[in-house]
Amino acid sequence: MNETEIATGERVTEGDLLVILRHSPHGSSWLREGLDTALVAAAFGQRVSLLFSGDGVLALLDGQQAGALGQKGTHGVIDMLAMYDIETLLVDAHALISRGLSTEDLLLPVSVVEGAALPKLLDQHRLVLNF
Amino acid sequence: MRYALLVQGGPYSSQASHSALRFARAVVERGHRLDTVFFYHDGVYNAARLAAPPQDEPHLGDAWRMLHDEHGTELLVCIAAGLRRGLLDEREAARHGKAGHSLEPPFELTGLGQLVEAGLSHDRLITFSP
Repeated sequence: MNETEIATGERVTEGDLLVILRHSPHGSSWLREGLDTALVAAAFGQRVSLLFSGDGVLALLDGQQAGALGQKGTHGVIDMLAMYDIETLLVDAHALISRGLSTEDLLLPVSVVEGAALPKLLDQHRLVLNF
Repeated sequence: MRYALLVQGGPYSSQASHSALRFARAVVERGHRLDTVFFYHDGVYNAARLAAPPQDEPHLGDAWRMLHDEHGTELLVCIAAGLRRGLLDEREAARHGKAGHSLEPPFELTGLGQLVEAGLSHDRLITFSP
């Protein structure tokens, strides 16, 4: 799978659950609670894909630390994804570019998805949860 | 059709819970089944046993309980999200050495696996977030 294939829709990611993450690591519990849902679904044997969109792309930034608020942050969870067989990591192209980021700034290898490919991506999952 | 709802907005803080309830009533009025409501994120506060809104405002907790009584809808609360926010049933309150409990049946503390299960086993899962 590469970004061209996804962008042109020739090959589309399939799965049971697509979790869309739209919030940054610190400042709210949305990202952590969304990731928790993904981990639990994977632990129950579902095929899980993650789509990082909006500020959610910041979850993948390299060099993160625990926050000043005494919370654990989410980078530890990101590191554990492979252990849970969550390997389909998708990033919204616009979210990345508009924040001046490229895939080289990220912790893990990801597939970049163009906006035009999103409807098909949603369609190819049995369940979509938005956080 | 069989519906499940995911409620993620806190009661009285955002429109999400009010909208979810109105949608829930519309679903059953149209002859569909509403089997499950799952409360997650700040939505767990809908289950607060001690909520005491002013009498001239809708009582969201009572409205959820009525839905359960009349239509058998399960009211599931994520245990991890609930415990962090102080929502404990009698058993969890005892386990954590708390003087009182803040959640009682028909609301049930349950795991996130139930959310995934509800999403995959119903015809529709509709999310209400702030």
